Amino acid sequence: MGLVLLIVIWLITLVSTYFFVAKTWWLPVGASAAAAAIDHHFTVSFILMGVVFVAAQLALGYLAWKYREGGSSKAEYSHGNTTLELVWTVLTAVLFVGMNLMSSSIWASERFRQAEAEAVHVEVTGMQFAWYFRYPGPDGKFGVTKPELEDASAGGEAALGLDTKDPASKDDVVSGVMVVPVNREVEVILRAHDVIHSFFVPQMRFKQDAVPGLAIHMHFTPIQTGEYEIACAELCGLGHYKMHGILKVVSQEEFDKWLAAREAEKQ
Amino acid sequence: MVGGSGGGETITMSTHESAVQAAHAHGAPQGFIRKWVFSLDHKVIGLQYYFLALAAVFVGMFLSLLMRIHLIWPTAVLPFFGEIKPETYLSLLTMHGTIMVFFVLTTAPQGGFGNYFLPIQIGAPDMAFPVLNMLSFWTTFLGFIVLLAAFFVTGGAPLHGWTGYAPLSALQSAGPGEGLGADLWITSIAIFCIGALMGALNFITTTLDMRAKGMTMMRMPLTVWAWFITAILGLLAFGVLLSAGILLLMDRNLGTSFFVPLVTVNGQLTGHKGGSPLLWQHLFWFFGHPEVYIAILPAMGLCSQLLSVFSRKPIFGYKAMVYAMLSIGFLGFMVWGHHMFMSGMSPYTAFAFSIMTMGIGVPSAIKTFNWLGTIWRGRIRFHSPMLFAIGFVSLFVTGGISGPFLAQPVLDIYLHETYFVIAHFHLIMGVASIFGIFAATYYWFPKMFGKMMNETLAKLHFWLTFVGAYAIFMPMHYYGMSAGLRRYSQSTEVAYILKLLPLQRFISIAAFITIGSQFIFLFNLFWSMAKGKKASDNPWEATTLEWITATPPPHDNFGGQTPVVHNGPYEYSVPGAPRDFLMQTDPSVEDEDKKKGKH
Repeated sequence: MGLVLLIVIWLITLVSTYFFVAKTWWLPVGASAAAAAIDHHFTVSFILMGVVFVAAQLALGYLAWKYREGGSSKAEYSHGNTTLELVWTVLTAVLFVGMNLMSSSIWASERFRQAEAEAVHVEVTGMQFAWYFRYPGPDGKFGVTKPELEDASAGGEAALGLDTKDPASKDDVVSGVMVVPVNREVEVILRAHDVIHSFFVPQMRFKQDAVPGLAIHMHFTPIQTGEYEIACAELCGLGHYKMHGILKVVSQEEFDKWLAAREAEKQ
Repeated sequence: MVGGSGGGETITMSTHESAVQAAHAHGAPQGFIRKWVFSLDHKVIGLQYYFLALAAVFVGMFLSLLMRIHLIWPTAVLPFFGEIKPETYLSLLTMHGTIMVFFVLTTAPQGGFGNYFLPIQIGAPDMAFPVLNMLSFWTTFLGFIVLLAAFFVTGGAPLHGWTGYAPLSALQSAGPGEGLGADLWITSIAIFCIGALMGALNFITTTLDMRAKGMTMMRMPLTVWAWFITAILGLLAFGVLLSAGILLLMDRNLGTSFFVPLVTVNGQLTGHKGGSPLLWQHLFWFFGHPEVYIAILPAMGLCSQLLSVFSRKPIFGYKAMVYAMLSIGFLGFMVWGHHMFMSGMSPYTAFAFSIMTMGIGVPSAIKTFNWLGTIWRGRIRFHSPMLFAIGFVSLFVTGGISGPFLAQPVLDIYLHETYFVIAHFHLIMGVASIFGIFAATYYWFPKMFGKMMNETLAKLHFWLTFVGAYAIFMPMHYYGMSAGLRRYSQSTEVAYILKLLPLQRFISIAAFITIGSQFIFLFNLFWSMAKGKKASDNPWEATTLEWITATPPPHDNFGGQTPVVHNGPYEYSVPGAPRDFLMQTDPSVEDEDKKKGKH
């Protein structure tokens, strides 16, 4: 029985580890400025925790086999070993706290500072079950929105409840697709109308909940052009699985052209 | 000195008398209702809790079966159920989570085995408050009935997940199931909390007040320590959830706005304003994180016990184990924010919650190290309880190792709400705890029913479940690493998630096999009750007090006597002793002598 345990535990461990090492299923290639540091810390964590995982499982399988009844001698009468206990405690404390300190500087650089002054501003609004993206237009100011003006079935500006009497709203652009320029920081202002949603773009290594009653300011910098899928990552109701959007990262020229065209459409 | 029934051990009469003992003096109650339904006997109440959890676990498992079918055959039309719609899928996952967390993982280890064995293991005739004990079971039972009722009302069961995040859980208009179904769901949880609070009070008082002579705190079996610490966690956590549930009911039905700001659903104003959705999350997780330890601590205590019994060796580092459990319990109350890194909470608090959470890894690692140390240089007997205990250690390591990923906010940005999280908490809180329940069942069944379970079936059950659990939950890590999101009823809408469908197929097939093999356990349980081989009083040659008394134990546990304790709970292979185990009541070798090496 000890031998079977050893074989099964070792096999499970090695097969599980293989797929992590081979990266058969893995993070998609990163496309934001923060991705490199985050991915590096993923790798570091996988190596450290992987060593602990493999060592503990192999030891468990080995000890179960080695000290099976009928194998070696009599059981040892021992209540433990305080020195070993202390060494082990200190080692794990150093490992866990060290890992934490390594990652907290990345977290700080992502989330402790505000977006740069020249960042592109996009207001992202989640509602059951769609994303809307609003750009402030040339005046750089978002117009006022009012809940009582909302008309979800009409889509676009009406869905957001944009108050057209507010001068700042005249040049606001509302889009069903999120278009941003490459290599420039994007400041998203996350809002939600009804329940909590969560804005997630795996390639940007970016996720943030959109909470009713809050306007959450966050930022990321795309460094690779292309089309990326936005998925809702917080359970928001029966259509959660299809609350889906597109993030298009384009060159600055294309972005300017696109925004100008949308402005022109509006007039 | 009078002769005990446990294979020649002696039970000494004690002068220690308590009110409860006096209450028990008049003997066992007669009549079916007083004996088996509204019983005051902690052993009967323990069995009631156990069978409630057994019914609940098969309901919960059946719901997961439906989910696994739906995930790989979304358009399948099932007999009696018809097609599973997206909202049905969400109801299934909500009810699966709620039933498993409350009515299985909290109910079986603590309410079931804790009730049955805590008083016996400390040498008490019953719990401190037998009436409260009965009330706590029947309250829990009522909670379960109310929860199941949610399936049968208009709109069906709620779809807001077991975490019930507001405003989704607070607005009737937010989706089907958010009407009466959601009210029943919250009511059920509130009722459960009341039952759990009564139970917790009873466990704490019993442990502190009812120990037999010589049963010092540091001679308590680790199972007792685990139940005791779990009860303290329950006392502090369930009160908070109860209050939060009442506030949520008020938001839903009385027009208050604790958790709901000004929101519109489908463009319509709801009349709420000024509430905070994050407040619900704080209150919920202030309960929810300690709840993880409420589920796992009894399994930790039990598996420590079993590794020692079946390795025929004292537990490695008894004191370290006690301190580790205490610090896990203590730190468990300071880490709830790690569920909320992406919630919009201040990023500075994330830093604090992260470091506390990493800190909780230290006592967890100490326990793992001591478990390995216990079997090291032992003489392992591979009976089925031991196999499940070893399986528990393996699953605890695997489930634990993904914790530090999720505990670091910078990695949680990516992993939050993916299947990586499902893999993590199912392995450590779900499967590992359930392995504890299985181990406990195989270990204590002889004492509870006087029969042995069939060992061949038990081993078959172990191998299928152990390999099956890994086959289900290991691929979920890969699914999550590829950004596969949880709580998605279909994978068709997002291209990168659709590509992961082969993994889902593999997981579903593994789940079908593993679920099927649980019927081996069910069969073995009931078959052995009727036809099992007769059990002796101490079939595992273990040292704790439940093994000195008759099988099954008499109404007052020790037949009118109170044991006197002379030894710690893990005296195996003591040099010079006649056998390789020394009962806790055996006065022949005192602790002091053993320390000095005199035998």
